[in-house]
Amino acid sequence: MAVTDVPTQRDASTDELTKRLAELESRVAELEEARPEDRVSLVIFSGDLDRVLAGFVLATGAAAVGQQVSMFFTFWGLNVLKKSTRLEGKSFFEKMMAIMSPGGSEDLPVSKMNYFGVGAKMLRKMMKDKNVSSLEEMMDLARELEVKMVACEMSRDVMGIGIDELVDGLESGGVASFMADALDSRASLFI
Amino acid sequence: MTEITFDQLLDARGLNCPMPVVKARKGVAELETGQVLKVVSTDRGSVKDFQGWAKIAKNVELVAQESGTEEDGRELFVHFVRRTA
Repeated sequence: MAVTDVPTQRDASTDELTKRLAELESRVAELEEARPEDRVSLVIFSGDLDRVLAGFVLATGAAAVGQQVSMFFTFWGLNVLKKSTRLEGKSFFEKMMAIMSPGGSEDLPVSKMNYFGVGAKMLRKMMKDKNVSSLEEMMDLARELEVKMVACEMSRDVMGIGIDELVDGLESGGVASFMADALDSRASLFI
Repeated sequence: MTEITFDQLLDARGLNCPMPVVKARKGVAELETGQVLKVVSTDRGSVKDFQGWAKIAKNVELVAQESGTEEDGRELFVHFVRRTA
């Protein structure tokens, strides 16, 4: 009978709609979970003044426009964070590495035309003349803007750089700690 | 040119990327919601930078941008940003 059929039909379609709505809701929750945060992650692998400078301009710029910023320093990038060089308690190769590596941000070479540090000095002078902030000013600014800086545990260990040789206020972490931030980021850069 | 009213003035002349935006962010943080910060810059790149900032940030709105010339011939780029939240 057509008259009794109608309500049954409506029940069935209501059930179907409720089910689809529930599916949709769980899908939205899933997508919200996967959506990146307002975060930018940078790997600083290089220890070249020009590259590191670009890294800090990006980091401070991103922080200024309201992004949370994570910087992960590894291999040559660790030299940027050095505050002192210690030789005691190091193996022969670690000592060699320590002696031949820059002792801090002020000693970094440029990636091109370095000529035993003359190029780096020249670039710094040119930046100063153009009123561009120095690397050290940028690093202070990054701290002020609460940029998170992480020193790679593994490369620090390989190169024999003690945590006591690095500046204060760093976190120590590995690839998983970087990935935890990078996968939640809108942009990730390798420098 | 119509006069745009503002609540605070930031002199960013002589500063280069990324400093105008960095300083302006600090300036905006000190404003009340709805107030306007006027930023005077000599950095040509700041024109696009302020547009980008307004596009990304959820709490600022770019009210207007102007350009002019200083007495010594330097080009000036002026930005008016409103704190919206």
